[in-house]
Amino acid sequence: MRSGYKEIQHTADWALQVWAPDLTGLMQQAALGMIALMGARLRHDRRLERTIMVSADDNESLLVAFLNSILYEMELDSVGFDRFELKLDGLKLHARLAGAPLLELQKSIKAVTFHNLEIRPVEAGLETTIVFDV
Amino acid sequence: MIRLQDINKINDYEWEIPQSYRNDMRVAVRLFVTHRLLEDALGDRSLEQAINAATLPGVMQPVVVMPDMHQGYGFPIGGVAATRITDGVVSPGAIGYDINCGVRLLGSQIDLGAVEPVLSNLADALNRRCPSGVGVAGEYHLKDAELDQVCRLGARWALRKGLATEEDLLRTEEAGCLDGADPTRVSSQAKKRGLNQLGTLGAGNHFIEVDVVDRVFDARAAQTMGLQEGMLALQIHCGSRGFGHQICTDYVQELQSTVHRYGIKLPDRELVCAPLDSPEGKDYLAAMRSAANYAFCNRQLLAHAARLAFEEALAGVFGNWRLHQVYDIAHNMGKIETHLVDGKKVKVCVHRKGATRAFGPGSPELPDVYRSIGQPVLVPGSMGTASWVLVGTTESMSRSWGSSCHGAGRVMSRSQAKREVRGDRLRHELEADGIHIRAGSLPGLAEEAPRAYKDVDEVVETVHAAGIARKVARLQPVIVIKG
Repeated sequence: MRSGYKEIQHTADWALQVWAPDLTGLMQQAALGMIALMGARLRHDRRLERTIMVSADDNESLLVAFLNSILYEMELDSVGFDRFELKLDGLKLHARLAGAPLLELQKSIKAVTFHNLEIRPVEAGLETTIVFDV
Repeated sequence: MIRLQDINKINDYEWEIPQSYRNDMRVAVRLFVTHRLLEDALGDRSLEQAINAATLPGVMQPVVVMPDMHQGYGFPIGGVAATRITDGVVSPGAIGYDINCGVRLLGSQIDLGAVEPVLSNLADALNRRCPSGVGVAGEYHLKDAELDQVCRLGARWALRKGLATEEDLLRTEEAGCLDGADPTRVSSQAKKRGLNQLGTLGAGNHFIEVDVVDRVFDARAAQTMGLQEGMLALQIHCGSRGFGHQICTDYVQELQSTVHRYGIKLPDRELVCAPLDSPEGKDYLAAMRSAANYAFCNRQLLAHAARLAFEEALAGVFGNWRLHQVYDIAHNMGKIETHLVDGKKVKVCVHRKGATRAFGPGSPELPDVYRSIGQPVLVPGSMGTASWVLVGTTESMSRSWGSSCHGAGRVMSRSQAKREVRGDRLRHELEADGIHIRAGSLPGLAEEAPRAYKDVDEVVETVHAAGIARKVARLQPVIVIKG
């Protein structure tokens, strides 16, 4: 199953449909889609890395915690990311994020929400829809 | 999906989804809408979200929805839910991520005709002095202890620094400071986000707008507020910035693990909650009040910056360029209030998300100056359309938990607006209409295009006709500053 994301209609906020063969792939696509929605452009002359560790009671909570941690890093240090190395140990996620300082960020996301969030098994992997407060 | 025939008509401006509509509803949902606005609402999930809100433990009859309702996440925008103190819950998602997002209105004696030639200078001065845009920091770089003071003091922090007047505070909801704020209940991440964002507008639908009072409907109330036809006014719409967003994020995440401990089952995880008398509920309220006070202070500092901009652009051009505070009001907030229910006083936690407190005449919470006319209710429009000043009524106290609408309400998704509207063309159109635009992002401007919103006049006519607020004055924009 291919991985990917696409924006779907929401009256006031943003929603993203994401699909991937497995959970780490789904999280990676969700992160890429979220950063793309924000219109992030990265500098080419400098690279940087960050490490994020999150744990939760279920996969949906883990996904939200991971994405919110990325938003936090982006806002605090004005950085963006384009590569993700994710390792799952049960319901603990260890993520290495590679990216660069931001050249431009067109829109900010206030938060990743749990609204109707469900990671669904599909024929060849997993799929979910994430709503962002903007 | 709910259908029109599932909803009972009470009168032309009031409808009800009965408690019997769904098994898990604890109370009915009361809608203040016209038939046309109700048909609009059936086009998205706002009614389903209102029904979900009616399942919250301890929720009291009824959940209320305003005519500017639209689909949000978990709880509808334009929704009001009151939960009993004794056995009810507090739900961070039912207040929203932008805690104490709200509107401040300042009035003036500045005649539009006299300053029209220098409006462009005024727009530049406002744009320069009021930091706006994605990730933009302000001039106040706080130390940790100062941030804690802002959390505890709210707009009073600005008064101590000489950046506010006593009148500003008196004419602010809760005098600009909620009791019970405790910054020790706020995470270090939220505090880091809050250190450099005080005194900033942000982006999205937040704005600073200079308007002209183009029509007065209630001369006595308008005079009390210092609003006169033909004179300028200033609106500031923003909230608690990343500080509030992080506080809500932290508690929505944390409560996911604890909600099961209280045996609470919810139809949507974004409605996650905690009993008001639980340690988790009390911690959230203390943190939420910290963010609310940060937002009161934020709007106060922006008002101070706007006053400096007016001085810079108008001193020497117009005699009295000063701005006086009309009112400052939250539209995303959870408040412990006492309401009269079946003749008895009941203490409740009123969740307002995209809804404005609208206390009627005589309410002891109002400053002396407004006690006889009712609380000013500020209803901003979308760029290029009117905004409204209303007052709360006795009816709002008895029928809508002392609440009214908060704005126009979106009807078009942001992506659709961006597809259909070009930011540069929109700016040109607005400027051709005599509105000076200063916008940090043209795509951002396109997302907030007037056609993406309902007709604010229709929304206001609905609450006026329903009796839950009364029209005082209409404002038309002449300068719009957006991040």
